[in-house]
Amino acid sequence: MAAVALTAAAALLAGCSSKDSSDNPLAGEKAKAGTVVVGSNNFAESTLLADIYGEALKAKGIEVTYKHNIGSRETSYGLMKNGSVTVLPEYNGSLLAYLDPKAEQKSPDAVNEAVKTKLDKRLTLLQSSPAENKDSVTLNAETAEKYKLTASSTLADLKDAAPDLVIGGSPEFQTRQQGLKGLKSVYGLEFKSFKALDAGGPLTQAALAKNTIQAADVFTTDPTIVKEKFVVLKDPENLFGFANVTPLVNKSGLNQKGVDALDAVSAELDTKTLLKLDAQVQLEKKDPLEVATAWLKSAGLN
Amino acid sequence: MNVLNFVNAFFSDSAHWHGYDGIPQRLLEHVQYSLLALALAAAIGLPVGLLTGHTGRGGNALAFIATAARALPSFGLLVLIVIVMGFGLLPVMIPLVVLAVPPILVTTYEAVRTVDPSPVDAARGMGMHESRILFQVELPVALPLILSGLRSAAIQIVSTATIAAYVSLGGLGRYIVDGLYQRDYEKVVGGATLVAVLALVTLALFWVAGRVAVSPGVRRR
Amino acid sequence: MNGFFDIPSDLQHSYAGLIGLHLREALLPVLAGLLLALPLAQLCVRFRWLYPPVLGATTILYAVPSLAFFVVLIDYTGQTELTVMIPLAVYSLVVLLPAIVDGVRSVPQETLAAATAMGFGPVRRYVQVQLPIAVPAIIAGLRVATVSSISLVSVGTLIGNQGALGNLLADAQKYDRPELAVNSVITTAVLAIACDALLVLLRVALTPWMPNGTRRRPKTSVRQPLPAPQDVTR
Repeated sequence: MAAVALTAAAALLAGCSSKDSSDNPLAGEKAKAGTVVVGSNNFAESTLLADIYGEALKAKGIEVTYKHNIGSRETSYGLMKNGSVTVLPEYNGSLLAYLDPKAEQKSPDAVNEAVKTKLDKRLTLLQSSPAENKDSVTLNAETAEKYKLTASSTLADLKDAAPDLVIGGSPEFQTRQQGLKGLKSVYGLEFKSFKALDAGGPLTQAALAKNTIQAADVFTTDPTIVKEKFVVLKDPENLFGFANVTPLVNKSGLNQKGVDALDAVSAELDTKTLLKLDAQVQLEKKDPLEVATAWLKSAGLN
Repeated sequence: MNVLNFVNAFFSDSAHWHGYDGIPQRLLEHVQYSLLALALAAAIGLPVGLLTGHTGRGGNALAFIATAARALPSFGLLVLIVIVMGFGLLPVMIPLVVLAVPPILVTTYEAVRTVDPSPVDAARGMGMHESRILFQVELPVALPLILSGLRSAAIQIVSTATIAAYVSLGGLGRYIVDGLYQRDYEKVVGGATLVAVLALVTLALFWVAGRVAVSPGVRRR
Repeated sequence: MNGFFDIPSDLQHSYAGLIGLHLREALLPVLAGLLLALPLAQLCVRFRWLYPPVLGATTILYAVPSLAFFVVLIDYTGQTELTVMIPLAVYSLVVLLPAIVDGVRSVPQETLAAATAMGFGPVRRYVQVQLPIAVPAIIAGLRVATVSSISLVSVGTLIGNQGALGNLLADAQKYDRPELAVNSVITTAVLAIACDALLVLLRVALTPWMPNGTRRRPKTSVRQPLPAPQDVTR
């Protein structure tokens, strides 16, 4: 009890002392009225998309602040619900699988309708873009060769090899339906072990390239797939569903002007464009904000 | 407090007790990393500390090295080394050893240096060899303080090894990092409890070691 | 955009801004820890039976890894700086409490008797006699708390960009830019060394009765506790 009292006192003190220092909105996580908070999760494409949304909104005279690198959907969805974040780049089918692991995914439109019925009442999905970026199970060239698997092989073909393979992915991949759970229930795949890395980022890419892991959850827009000759397995049962880039929005935080601005972005954004922009960030090491503004300008959205 | 419910739920879930992600396996990994790091740090810190303490030279250099090593952020060092070197045990050992050497080194030096000079002089007068003076006169007297240095190092290693999970290492930190991203508080709280218990067990082990290894004549002070 | 000082836009701070943020996130908790530790230490000195249980409770808190502490606090304080600062304040308290108690207890009985004879009440005696004499021990504790606090702030990057200079580490990984990690490590280390040096200067300024030369440790007799062998950083 002494410990609890101490913690509470420490909290109080830390709180008091930091409120004086003005420039940070420490006091609450709630956004200021009229300001749109654009969030992103902890991978490069999410930051890029958030920058695109944010700058497009700014171009329409809307006040924007960013909350980058929140973590995983498991966390960011909570921040969307409580209004700390107004807009978040999402992937429609992945979001549906999070909200309802058993939902079938027949078409992007059906997915969006299903998502809207499952979403928290305060949230909604705007129009999806044609740009798609899915999770996938991807093998390195060495493993693909060893088990005679090619780009036309399916996840089902991996069944015999799986018990010999270590699969890597973000920590949340371990417990997601669109992850180890679904791979087991849909394809009967049981891997030797799971190695928690990052969300399709450099850790995962490096581990796969070096054969520390033999299979990984790699995003299909990842430019290293081509570079490292990784083999993406087909997903005939559509476990990874549809993953169209779609803005998730807290209704009370965004006006019609904002909705129109984001719809205009989604209309322009296709997979080819996204691949190109991702490569600029991940391979050419350009700053995502620069890439975002340059693209908005070229698409006439600024 | 609901934290206790989480602890309870975590430990009563049988899925947490077997396999590569089970508690025994993660605990074993954590203990392995910790022991290896402590052994490496002791292999560096003890001889240097004993020697410098015995001769009484190099105190300023040691203080400087210790300050510099303490200033290096373990987490940053870990991420940096993994980015540069890739995965493996070595990248994780480096920050843990850097973390653990200063307390071992500085306390060993201090412990030996501050041994009462009169028995040392007496031993020297009796014609004892310098190495025998160090190991038979100075070391027994300095042992309690040396053990306290090793204990500090061990505790730091046990709690810092947690962070290695961020760069995909195993160990108990796995539960905390996975729990963060999976938003699974049961795991976080369960993992934290295990680490805290391991730290307290370490404390207890050093207390026992002190009772066993320190001569009764020295212990009384 | 490959330069050492090209801070990625998603951190929303300049290099200098990150340094300022880092210092604030690291030092405010130390200050809070000190403000809590001073009265608590006085209580522990006055009522000796209180010290062991308080020390035990704080030691257990100290054994909880920082990241776990952060994650549990997110539910109450969100992904904010406060979530990082609360555990750091607790850790500082744990380091400072024994430092102050030992320091205050080392004040000779005659000195206290003299103060009482001069008509000092307990509070005045604590503030004007015991604390100043305990300054070297307190500052030794402050040095440990400060350096470890500066190092630990970086872990805050795992809870949504709350790690100031540590955020560079996550971005170094995310964008595969090792130079950002180098920048983070070096800058953090330099900050720690600078703050440490300032505290040493502060001690020299606050204890004019001690000779300026730093090594005035008698070969035998009473030893000052060293700053290093504390259970710090995790």
